[in-house]
Amino acid sequence: MTVTTGVPTLVRGRGGAYAPFVVGAALVVLMAVLPLLNISIPGILPGPTYMPGTLALLSLCMVFAALALSYNLLLGTGGMLSFGHALYFGAGAYGLGLALQYFGVPLWPGVLIALVGGLAIAVFTGAISMRVSGIPFAMVTLAFAQAGSVLVRRNQQVTGGEEGLRLPVQYVPDWLVGVVNTRNLYWVTLAILVVVYAVVLWVDRSRLGHLAQATRENELRVQVMGLSPYRAKLIVFVVAALCASLAGIGYMLLQSGTQPSAVGADLTITVLVMVVLGGVGFRWGAIVGGVLYTLLDQRLTVLARADWIHALPDVLRIPLSEPLFLLGVLFILVVMFLPGGIAGTIDTWVRRRRGERTRSQLRQLDDAEPTEDAVELRA
Amino acid sequence: MSSIVLILLTGVGLGALYFLVASGLSLIYGLMHVLNFAHGAFLTLSAFVGWQVAQALGSASWGSFLVSVAVGAAVGAVFATLTELILIRPLYERHIEQVLVTVGLSFAAVALFEGIWGTDAVNIAGPAWLKGTTEVLGARIPNTYWVLMIAAALVLVALVLFLKKTRYGMIIRAGVENRAMVTALGIDVRKSFTLVFAIGGAAAGIGGVLAMHYTTFVSAHLGSTLLIFAFIVTVIGGLGSLTGAAIASVVVAVLQQFANVYLNGTGDFIVVVLLAVVLLVRPTGLMGRKA
Repeated sequence: MTVTTGVPTLVRGRGGAYAPFVVGAALVVLMAVLPLLNISIPGILPGPTYMPGTLALLSLCMVFAALALSYNLLLGTGGMLSFGHALYFGAGAYGLGLALQYFGVPLWPGVLIALVGGLAIAVFTGAISMRVSGIPFAMVTLAFAQAGSVLVRRNQQVTGGEEGLRLPVQYVPDWLVGVVNTRNLYWVTLAILVVVYAVVLWVDRSRLGHLAQATRENELRVQVMGLSPYRAKLIVFVVAALCASLAGIGYMLLQSGTQPSAVGADLTITVLVMVVLGGVGFRWGAIVGGVLYTLLDQRLTVLARADWIHALPDVLRIPLSEPLFLLGVLFILVVMFLPGGIAGTIDTWVRRRRGERTRSQLRQLDDAEPTEDAVELRA
Repeated sequence: MSSIVLILLTGVGLGALYFLVASGLSLIYGLMHVLNFAHGAFLTLSAFVGWQVAQALGSASWGSFLVSVAVGAAVGAVFATLTELILIRPLYERHIEQVLVTVGLSFAAVALFEGIWGTDAVNIAGPAWLKGTTEVLGARIPNTYWVLMIAAALVLVALVLFLKKTRYGMIIRAGVENRAMVTALGIDVRKSFTLVFAIGGAAAGIGGVLAMHYTTFVSAHLGSTLLIFAFIVTVIGGLGSLTGAAIASVVVAVLQQFANVYLNGTGDFIVVVLLAVVLLVRPTGLMGRKA
């Protein structure tokens, strides 16, 4: 069957196939040399690009871009709407902190322990929650994330409870500690983003990814063909969780600590907003969404403190001084009027000009759903 | 003995609160296949407005208490109806986007509530009787639990009567069974969508005002905390089943209370374990349809 043949979508004009790669490589190089340059983008970045404050913000953007990429693997490739993805992000962040604090190991074994911990949690929770699919799956993953969040908040002696967990810096190499070394952290988060991108790309192009995509489209048909949709989905779920753990590790290093909110449902919803904003099913869309959301959140918080906002009457002042309210409204507008997100809209526009027809990924997910009902009617 | 009675009855009371939230969720999911994340926002808004009303009327009297509950129900119903008409209806039959819109609404609403009523919890003082206890078989049960139980029982009876005895109830029940067939018979199911949202919003509104008296404070996150347990209850009870939601609410809450007392406060965790077990043994939930 065609499911297992190589790269199906990209073979389109020989010259064009390499263009994304060249653009991507150029972007990575540009991002890598950014700390050495003096570029100011007023209104978007808080200062010139070599300043630690700007680099910290950009690093945070990349951490969330990596997290959004991993979520896109889950939702875009696997078609799984999970509300518990933050659990694995938190597992990475807390795993690293706890490994350093209680085992006293150096950083790299600590990272390994955190990843193994994330893997174990992902296999366990994934195997159970995949007993159901669709909306019930979303609820169950939400419940698991909530259990993780409760565990973190309750066990104050171990995780620091509401206070959060500080990164025990004495076990972290000196070149990753302190404001002076922000640019090293920046490069580490860039490396994390590149690694996550490579993994996600690899999964999308592999037989596993194709199987997961086919399962998303029509699970019954995959089963009829004698393939195992459960295993493919579980592996995609676990890989996405591992990528999220890696992003969590980057977050822990960058912020030198973490709060219980890194595990909770709110973070998952934030990631969902990023991915939908950027465009479900597009790797570059997830990155754009993650970066855009983080920048907007930061800039809107600055805006909320502006004097002219405080001078407004209450009816305007209160909504404008709540960044999350504005982002929530933006999200609703995107879902209702721009269902492909940024990447999907641009992609549709480009394809229309070439005379192709497209549908947004979210609609495809919906179209895949009624098969259940059809079976039900006959039963 | 008395401690067991205490745990059992407080469990049932807490279950009553879960049921008030979960009944609407379950009906909405059963009929429309929409997982309504905004349900928590309905609840929180009702609680805040109920608080405002109670403050304005003097919070210590029974009259203001009853008025605040009624206003809470009305606010929940209106908010839910508007949500359905403005956000859900344009995305007809696109379930994932409908879920995303409710997610966005709850996201935006919580932030807006924080902006209006502040990030700190607001305290509420109800009628003095609510702070007292009533002795049953040697156990002193806080009176708020009785209020929760009575309210949930009334809502359950009203819902069952509405679903069984009225024409609209019959359309809703038929829609949950087989929506395609109802549409084919020439009945506009979309009217019942709005209705189900209004009913669910009203139940959540009552739950919101009572939850505020139960916890004695209200914050912008009141809804999201309860919503997660309501989700668990609806999955365990079987999505779309009102009876299942009622049974599961009580089972979950009683188990939670027992675990909190006898297993070092692990109640929240035990509930998730129960959810995992139910899914492994019976993925459709206790009263789910396709067994």
